[in-house]
Amino acid sequence: MLIRKSPDLTYADVTLRSVYLDRRKFLRSAGIAGLAAVAGKRLLDLASPSRSVFASTKLTTIKGPFSTDEKINTFNEVAHYNNFYEFGVDKDQPAKNSQRFVTSPWTVAVSGEVKKPRKFSVDEILKLAPLEERIYRHRCVEGWSIVVPWIGFPFSVLANLVEATPKARFVAFESYYDPKQMPLGKYAGIQLPYLEGLRLDEAMNPLALLCVGMYGETLPNQDGAPVRMVVPWKYGFKSIKSLVKIRFVKDQPPTTWNISAPQEYGFYSNVNPEVDHPRWSQARERRLPEFFKSHKTLIFNGYADQVASLYTGMDLRKNY
Amino acid sequence: MHRFLSSKWTKAALFVLCLVPLAAVIWPFVHRDTIPNPLEFIQHATGDWTLRFLVITLTVTPLRQLLHLPELIRFRRMLGLFAFFYGCLHFTTYLWFDKLFDPHEIWKDVYKRPFITLGFLAFTLLIPLAITSTAGWIRRLGGRRWRILHRAIYVSAVCAVIHYYWLVKSAVIRPLFYAALVGLLLAWRVGEWLLRRRRTALANAVPQRTPINAAQ
Repeated sequence: MLIRKSPDLTYADVTLRSVYLDRRKFLRSAGIAGLAAVAGKRLLDLASPSRSVFASTKLTTIKGPFSTDEKINTFNEVAHYNNFYEFGVDKDQPAKNSQRFVTSPWTVAVSGEVKKPRKFSVDEILKLAPLEERIYRHRCVEGWSIVVPWIGFPFSVLANLVEATPKARFVAFESYYDPKQMPLGKYAGIQLPYLEGLRLDEAMNPLALLCVGMYGETLPNQDGAPVRMVVPWKYGFKSIKSLVKIRFVKDQPPTTWNISAPQEYGFYSNVNPEVDHPRWSQARERRLPEFFKSHKTLIFNGYADQVASLYTGMDLRKNY
Repeated sequence: MHRFLSSKWTKAALFVLCLVPLAAVIWPFVHRDTIPNPLEFIQHATGDWTLRFLVITLTVTPLRQLLHLPELIRFRRMLGLFAFFYGCLHFTTYLWFDKLFDPHEIWKDVYKRPFITLGFLAFTLLIPLAITSTAGWIRRLGGRRWRILHRAIYVSAVCAVIHYYWLVKSAVIRPLFYAALVGLLLAWRVGEWLLRRRRTALANAVPQRTPINAAQ
């Protein structure tokens, strides 16, 4: 048996006496070099934000109804420009800060005014109905919009399984919130967990999508993995992300942005070019990544044919 | 330190350093990174840096006195002009990309939306300061009047902070941070002024025993 005693250190590795004696100076310059490296890295980060690779699984889909033929945004645009305050209030923060967010195992609890309350695992949800690809316009209350190929099926599929009682008039949604996984949540300036709500007939409208993916794959964490709502005729914040609780209720449920600033964000928050946000106009929108607000905003985000009848006789200025 | 601060190279280096934020705005476009909302990116970056340069400019005088480094005054005009420079970029992106230079639209916005009104005011106040920043204008106006005019930067900074506060949707921490900085810098000046007033009052109250030129 050969026991190799490797001569790991050679004479060349001996620290020079001058360097040894001068180690303070060495430490100081090493410190400066370290600082410079950190500052340099920071500057480079500023100059070119890193593009992370997101864990995802391919999904098999069929073509769904209501798709627009407008130009679809790139995956990178949709995955790097997010309002997801649990992971930071800047648009580029969720993509960076949500990558270690644990989305499996995951269950969605459905309760309240239903005959068959139950919990769904994400695997169960994926098998409830054929997954449809639907290309929807998504209009943010801030005045920008994107076009996204979402994957999911109508929320009504799930609602029919749990069988709402006649008392149910609204659906309340709740996002996941874990301050340990979402340490920036406490600086969001809004109350968390994030709450949203729809009138039952709105939720049952075939446009309202229970969404599990986009661009042919499961959702990236920053876009609301593993399961979210997409309600395309309302401002983006109504489309709640990372859903864990669904309750069918009698009365209009509290919603996060409405609690935060009731004069700015109403319960309905339907896209409406006629009703300005108190601080900015909603008449036009910037279709990302364009510079100019060259798109006119459409009533109900262009989905009036599907949803206008839900609001006949309602004053949309009052019920903003 | 004094020699370092008096060197023309230091000033040149600072000038280049002040251009780094501009480079950081341009770089991603050259680099062809995905910038989903380019306008917002430019608007936020230039807005942030306008406010930062206003704060830095307001820090010069307290620092001079606290650190006994009168040479710092050499940089104040340049820092103030950089605040104006980034303010110009910020304002231009608003006029051009947001409003397409449409006077009617701009008027509606300024009239209707308080946060725009204040941003507009904050910027407009900087214009006369930038114009009169030259030695010639100091001479023409006279030191006293020039100093009074340039106090407009206090109002501009306060407007800029409120503009920022009214703009954000919910995360008020950053605007509040700037509010605290500007508040501190203005409070320091009020403190200085009160102190000076008391000193003059005392000096006037106590009959002078020493001849005036003895102090020199």
